[in-house]
Amino acid sequence: MLQAEHTQTAVHPHSSVSLHQLAHARAGDKGERLNVALFAYDPNHYTTLLDQVTEERVLALFAHRGASRVRRYPLPNLAGMNFVIDDVLQGGVNGALNLDGHGKTLSFLLLSMEVNSS
Amino acid sequence: MSFLLGSGAGFSGDRTDAAVAVVAELIKRQQPSALVFETLGERTLAAAHRAMREDPESGFEPLLDELLAPVLRDCLDHGIKILGNFGAANPGGACQVIAALATQLGRPDLSIAQVHGDDIRQQLHSLDLERWEAERLEMPGDDALISANVYLGAKALAEALAMQADVVVTGRVADPALFLAPLMHHFDWRWDDWDRLACGMMAGHLAECGAQVSGGYFADPGFKDVPGLATVGYPIIEVEHDGSLIITKPANTGGCVTEQTVKEQLLYEVHDPANYLTPDVTVDLSHAEVRQLSPNRVAVTGIRGKPAPERLKTTVCYEGGWQGEAEISYAGPNALARAQLAAQVLRERLVFRAPAELRTRLDIIGLASVFDSDSGELQRSASASSSGDYRLRLAAEHSERRWVARATQELLALYCAGPAGGGGVRRQFQRRVFTASYLVKRSDVHAHATLFESSPFGERRSERYVAS
Repeated sequence: MLQAEHTQTAVHPHSSVSLHQLAHARAGDKGERLNVALFAYDPNHYTTLLDQVTEERVLALFAHRGASRVRRYPLPNLAGMNFVIDDVLQGGVNGALNLDGHGKTLSFLLLSMEVNSS
Repeated sequence: MSFLLGSGAGFSGDRTDAAVAVVAELIKRQQPSALVFETLGERTLAAAHRAMREDPESGFEPLLDELLAPVLRDCLDHGIKILGNFGAANPGGACQVIAALATQLGRPDLSIAQVHGDDIRQQLHSLDLERWEAERLEMPGDDALISANVYLGAKALAEALAMQADVVVTGRVADPALFLAPLMHHFDWRWDDWDRLACGMMAGHLAECGAQVSGGYFADPGFKDVPGLATVGYPIIEVEHDGSLIITKPANTGGCVTEQTVKEQLLYEVHDPANYLTPDVTVDLSHAEVRQLSPNRVAVTGIRGKPAPERLKTTVCYEGGWQGEAEISYAGPNALARAQLAAQVLRERLVFRAPAELRTRLDIIGLASVFDSDSGELQRSASASSSGDYRLRLAAEHSERRWVARATQELLALYCAGPAGGGGVRRQFQRRVFTASYLVKRSDVHAHATLFESSPFGERRSERYVAS
């Protein structure tokens, strides 16, 4: 698990593709906590995701929204992983002023991350 | 023989014709089955409590009639049990509506059960409450308190089925418990048979969001193509006595059930996959496997269970003041600069026209809005075409309506006093309900079911049988 105070700016690998090319995702919310489940289309890309879609990079990607902590749970049987991100919803479904209090759209913010596919 | 769980709705506002194809398939299969309507989100419950404050005769699912009318008679005729949390804040009111509907359909003999015990508002302050780990809010004062509801498990629902209820109406229960209950009733699993409970709970979890497991909320054209979303088939889960489960959907419907759709739903709103907490069982998904058996048939195996958590989650709703939103569009040459100028004018006006504690947010829709923070960081760094199609949005929140009205009125005034070419102002207000989550001791919660009896002589209702 990664706490916000330990974060730094993410370093993006060069010669990269969008995570959207390799994986699909769905987001769900509970209170101020968001989970984004991420799955490789091709199980051969699972280790690439494990290596590159780290807690640190996910926290950096969501930092502007106030994310304070990211925990990643790998699920090798499913070629997937679950990210649990705290405090990104800016009030959540009953308290947010933004256009998506549930944070449902944020699965595609994760999929916008650049990864090295090689 | 497997037991079939059909989904008729995944949230309040879902398609009201979805259950028709599901019920047709359940009838065709001629197997024991249940139809479940899950219509109660955190926000929906809060809205229901708000509505009931203004009108004591409301507070249940507003589309209840539309959801049940097309299928109620068929379900009754074929022994398909119906369960729904469409009671929301007012399960008694929902029972009344269903009883009236059954009478209209020529079946006043319908047996309806109501589940009680989720509403703990009266006892709230005498209970030993623990703050849910991700909760940031403080407990409100009594004057702001609207409601407090525990997420009940499946036991009282299974009791309702044991009383021969045709329809079970609940308020707040854990969504998948609506599906676990008919399995417990049918298979007579032990309440400490953790692996089977976990399988039943996950059958419910997979089906509770309706089409989300059968191609809804999945399509990403060119990457994840889904046929026939306009007629997407809502899921049917086949559950065996040993707990094994297969996800499918009605014949001749759109959508698709694939390993991908099932995996996405398997982890939906799950945190630690090894410890998915529900009122009846702690589910371990960390060894789950998902396998396509044939088109639109997917098996899920490897689900394990552990004893249920000691405390039950409770959602407390309290008055949250007012929120207002207002929007105006700018398009064509130099539209972005005009929208940005409008935003700047609003910021300046709000400094001297609104109190400091007014909480506001400004978005430029078309530039950066959805992913942005309340402080607009992405908006400042986004690159965009100067001439495009932009919509400035102001959202404001305050405990007093007048200040929200004042803020949004400032956007309205951009019509004549703002940049050139602005148009299409829309403005709306809503009362807000804030929610906070706590954990209560299981021993402080007393869930039970009663059969509902509507009286033709004007008496609202009476309870004729009480279980445990």
